[in-house]
Order: sequence, then structure tokens, then C-alpha cells
Amino acid sequence: MSEQTWDLVIDANDKRGRASLKKIWQYRDLLWLLVRRDFVAFYKQTILGPLWFFIRPIVATLVYFFIFGKVAGLSTGGIPPVLFYLSGLMIWSYFTDTVGKCSGVLLENAAMFGKVYFPRLIMPLSIVFSSMLRLGVQLILLILIFVYYLFTSDTISLTPAILLVPFLIIIVSFQAVGLGLLVAAIATKYRDFSMLLGYILQLGLFLAPVVFPLSGISGKFKLIVSANPMTFPIELFRYSFFGTGSFSTMNILYMIVITIIILFVGVYAFNKYEKTFVDTI
Amino acid sequence: MSSSTAISIENVSKAYQLGVFNTGSFSDDLSRWWAMKRGKEDPFLKIGEENDRSIKGDSNIVWSLKDISLDIQQGDSVGIIGRNGAGKSTLLKILSQVTHPTSGQIKIRGKVASLLEVGTGFHPELTGRENVFLNGAILGMRKQEIKRKFDEILAFSGVERYIDTPVKRYSSGMYVRLAFAVAAHLESDILIVDEVLAVGDADFQKKCIGKMNQLGSSSGRTIIFVSHTMPTIKALCKKSIFLEKGKIHTVGETGDVISTYLSAYSPAKTGDGYLPKGISLQGTGEIRYTRFLPTKEGMGCEEFFFGERPVLLLEVEVFTTVTDAAVGIHVLSVYGETVTMIAPNKNYKPISLEKGKYQFKVLLDEVLMPGEYSFNLSVSKYNTGADIDSVEAVGTIRILRDSIEHDLDYPWATVHGYYKPRSSWEMKRI
Repeated sequence: MSEQTWDLVIDANDKRGRASLKKIWQYRDLLWLLVRRDFVAFYKQTILGPLWFFIRPIVATLVYFFIFGKVAGLSTGGIPPVLFYLSGLMIWSYFTDTVGKCSGVLLENAAMFGKVYFPRLIMPLSIVFSSMLRLGVQLILLILIFVYYLFTSDTISLTPAILLVPFLIIIVSFQAVGLGLLVAAIATKYRDFSMLLGYILQLGLFLAPVVFPLSGISGKFKLIVSANPMTFPIELFRYSFFGTGSFSTMNILYMIVITIIILFVGVYAFNKYEKTFVDTI
Repeated sequence: MSSSTAISIENVSKAYQLGVFNTGSFSDDLSRWWAMKRGKEDPFLKIGEENDRSIKGDSNIVWSLKDISLDIQQGDSVGIIGRNGAGKSTLLKILSQVTHPTSGQIKIRGKVASLLEVGTGFHPELTGRENVFLNGAILGMRKQEIKRKFDEILAFSGVERYIDTPVKRYSSGMYVRLAFAVAAHLESDILIVDEVLAVGDADFQKKCIGKMNQLGSSSGRTIIFVSHTMPTIKALCKKSIFLEKGKIHTVGETGDVISTYLSAYSPAKTGDGYLPKGISLQGTGEIRYTRFLPTKEGMGCEEFFFGERPVLLLEVEVFTTVTDAAVGIHVLSVYGETVTMIAPNKNYKPISLEKGKYQFKVLLDEVLMPGEYSFNLSVSKYNTGADIDSVEAVGTIRILRDSIEHDLDYPWATVHGYYKPRSSWEMKRI
């Protein structure tokens, strides 16, 4: 009767989230298996298999090169167009893919979440790692083309800034997870928000320096674009490879602060709603 | 009150919001949020009602569980019974952390594994082997643990040959076997099981129940089991809880609780059995059926224990004397097929009925198998075959799997056929 140690306390009034890093660590094997499942299931019963990871960015780059570079005649800020579009698109689609998948994580896995408990954050984490894996594969493509230009043209050069790349990927991941989880939490009850997200992401492509360099715009438009949390990660990503980009220390500070806020709000909302979302879904 | 309480449930309640979520519920949400911000009680929970599906309430909040308090000792196997909507599944969902209680607290000691479904997270594209690992991990197993037990799991499932084939090519039976095999090898202190055993063929079910029994008895594991199948509950659980409308009705020894549960629903609202006038306008109409009522000890009754013999009360009104009336009662299965036909005479010969009213008490002497039955009533002229009257599908009765003294319970998951003829067995060594 006396002193008992409980392994688990479920308290209705507990306002805190129930996921802890310790619990997530206990489920690390599941995380790895889910990433593997996503990766394997992606190209099962295809002929080209993992090659599909390359085909999408290549086709998109060619299309953008033609439309924005040739037809619209937008500048690429002195960076070879192929590298410019490929690098921008790669990081942007990493962001949108991750946000999109994270925002549907509760709805799409409702059947499973309604039957078994494991730390729910495992699921978005597995999404991030799968996306990251795909990004990693695509980075190889970027690096190959980059190396080609390095030897054949003298417009670009290798600088220590390239070491920023992992940091930038983490920044983008945090933003994507934060935004995705926030929408995931609200969309369990009101689906409007996941539709809204779709429009915001479509619009976002033109409010971020994906198809144009930040140096190529000015005035109010530049102000709006600078406020987009994704702008400087993209700008810095290009900078770390090609050594050109426009940003200030303030911009970097802004990027870090807003990233932390987005991540915190998203994880908070997710933890608050994941406890009972199976009832409202 | 011992030091080995495995689960302690204190005043747990769970409210559900009914209706659809749309613009209206969004404004409710906003006003609720505003009330809570000012430190007030949730205005919508105050008006909650108990969960009775048949009554249309004023509030769109229902209490699926209301103030449940309960201690479960370590090593106990506890069955939870109750009608649909009594809150059984909600309780299991809260215990397995799938959803959160609206109020109250639960304290648990030991590792919990819950099986609310077999094969959760199986991916059709992955092979059996890959799915064993994935499913095991979802249920909370470590990779090493699964690896160690893999051969055992494979042997239990009996799908060795297909283990490297994607599970989308499996038959549903194989799928379930593999899924249960993973679940059966979970290591945990507390096992929470919803009626997942109601899958697979009878042989496999027996294997599952055997495995569950072994899990419960050998290792001092605590088991909580929800089922509608009373014999299974009886085989697996020493103690049981009877939930009704979100509250605990009875807690105690399984046999007693099941009896309480069954008797709580036996005095059925069958009415008096009088048939509405004009229910049948078929036939020539010299005789009309006026009443039909299955009874137990003189009272109308819908549910009968296995082995109990219903008495059918039958009343007719004869307008014109018929000398060759062939009266018959067809016993119908739940699928509407005639299981058998009974008549006043053993050789189905007709009876003579003069003008007036008659009552028959018909004892169903053969034992009906568990299941649901209804009756067709017919009367025709024996010589010409002309229909006089017929009434279809009246007086539904249910035969339970349990017997009165629990010594003749129907033991199998599958019901074989519809009735049990009296038989005598002579055995000798040859």
C-alpha cells in the first residue's frame, strides 16, 4: 500500500504533452523501420526504382529554366541557371513535401493511432528523416553538377560557407515540422486548415527566392519576401554553394528566432491535440 | 489494498461530442475557449448526459464513461462485459493511451501492451518478415527482441513459406495468423486485449485462447480482456466487470458477474404477443392467428440459456369450423431459412377446430443451438392444401451460449448448426 512507484500516470488535468525525448528514444527502432518502409515502399513495383528520386528535380529544373529563365527572362544573380533552379527547387520542395506530409500525419494515420499508442512524434520524425534521405540523394545530383561547373567555369568557387549546409537543412526541417504539426493539430477537427495550407504553399513559391534571386527584386515586394521565414534559408543555401546572396546579420537572426517560434508552436499544438484527436476525427 | 496494484483508476470520465464539426461547432469551440480562459468550467460538459442511444437527448455531449474507480491487482485477469455502447472500448482506449480521459486519473505500474486490433500498421507492399519487425516495433518491441523471437513467431503463425512475400498476396487468414503471432510474443506486464480473437478459423481461435491462457497464468501477467463471448471470458478471466451506460454495474467473480449481466437483460420487452389485426389477410381466413409469445416460466421472454426449452404460447380464433386444419410453426434461422417445422401431431396429421378461440402451449423439446430464431405460423387445409392463414417472422428469440448452471455452456466460437437432437452414445472397446 505504502509508497508505490508508478510507471505511467494518465491524468486528465495534465496540460503538458506526454511525449518525452526518453520515450522517443525508446522507440528509435520504430523510427528507423518507418523511414525504411517509406523509402522501400516508394519504389516497390517500379522499373526505374530509386532513379525516380532524381527524375523529379531534373524535370522541374528544366521546366523552370525554360519558363522563368527563357520565357520570362528572370535573372539568376550570376549563378549558372541549372544550378540556380536546381538548388532552389530542391530545398523548396524539401520544405513543401515535409510540411504537406506532416500536416496530414494525424488524419492519415488515424486508423493506426486509434488502435495503438506510441509517441506520436515518432511519425512526423519519420517523415522528416525520409524527406531528408531523399534530399540527401538529390544533393548528390547537385554536387555532381556543381563539381562539373567548378572545373569548367570560373564563375563559381568552393568556399568554407559550404559547411553551413547541414545547419540550413536543420533550419528548414524545423520550420517544416513546426508548420506541418500546427496544421495537423487544427485539421483534426477542421479540415479547412489543410486546404488553406495548400494555397499558402503554392503562393509561397513566389514569395521566396526560388525562381528569382533576392538581389533581383526591390521595394515593398522585397520587404514581403524578406519576411517569409523560408527566404533566408534558401538564400543562404545558395550562398553556401555559390558564394553569392544578399542578407544581413539581422536577417540571419530573424531566421533563427522565427524558426524556433514556429517549431515551438507546432510541437506544442501537436502535443496538446494528439491526446484526444481520435475522438474528433 | 495490497502493494501489488497494477492499475489504479480514480474517477475516470470520458465525454464525447456528438454531431458534426462545422461552422456551428467552431463558434462553440471559441466560446468554450473564452470561458476556460476566464477560469470557468467548461460550459458544455456541465450539460452532459449518460450514453443511452435509444433516447434522443438535448445535449450533444454524452458521457461514455462516468466516474469509474477501480483497482486491478497484479497478476489478475479481468474480463470486461457489457452491451454495445456501455463504454468497454472507451475504457480500453484510455488504458492503452489511445485517447485521454476528460477527467480523473489512472496510475499504472509495469509495461503496458495493448491489442485493440491485430496487424496494426501492416504495410501491404512489405514482406511478411518486414511487417513482423514493423508491427513489433509499433507495439513497442525493440528490434533485438523481435530478432530473438522471430523463429518462435514464425512457427506460431504457420506461414513460413510466405514469409518473404508481400503481405498483400496473403489470404486474410494468413494475414491474421501472422499478425496475432507477433502480438502473442509481446513482452509486457499488463496486456490489454479487445475482442481481437474473433478472427481466423476455429482452430486458430483455440490456439489463440490457449496462448492467452498461458500468458496469463504462467508469468503473473495482468490481463484485461473485453469480449462479447462469455465462454471465452470465462475461460480466461477470474474476475469480471460489468459496465452499463458508462458506469460499473457489478465487479466480482466472473461466473457471478456473467449471471448478473445475463439476467439484467433477460426479462425482455416482448410485449404480450398479441398480433395486430390485419397482420395477415392471406389465405381463406376461416382461422386467424391472434397471439404468439415465446415464454419462460409463464412470462414473455426473448433470451434463453443454452439448454433451456422455450414454451411458445399460441392463440387462434376460428370463425368457421375446419375439420382438417394443418397447423404448423416454422422455426427460422437468422438468415430466414426454415430450420425445422413443428405441428400438433407427430405425424403432421391435421386437427379439427370448431368455431371459437383456442390457446396452445408448445414446448420446444429439442435444444436449439445458440443464435437468433424467429417463427412463421401457418395453417392450411390438409386435404386441399389451401392456405387458411399465415404470419411471418414473429416472436424473435435468442439462445445464449451460456447454460443456467454454467456446466453445459456452449464451448466453441463457431456455432455448428441449429439444434441439438437428443442422442445417446454407446461405447465399447473393439
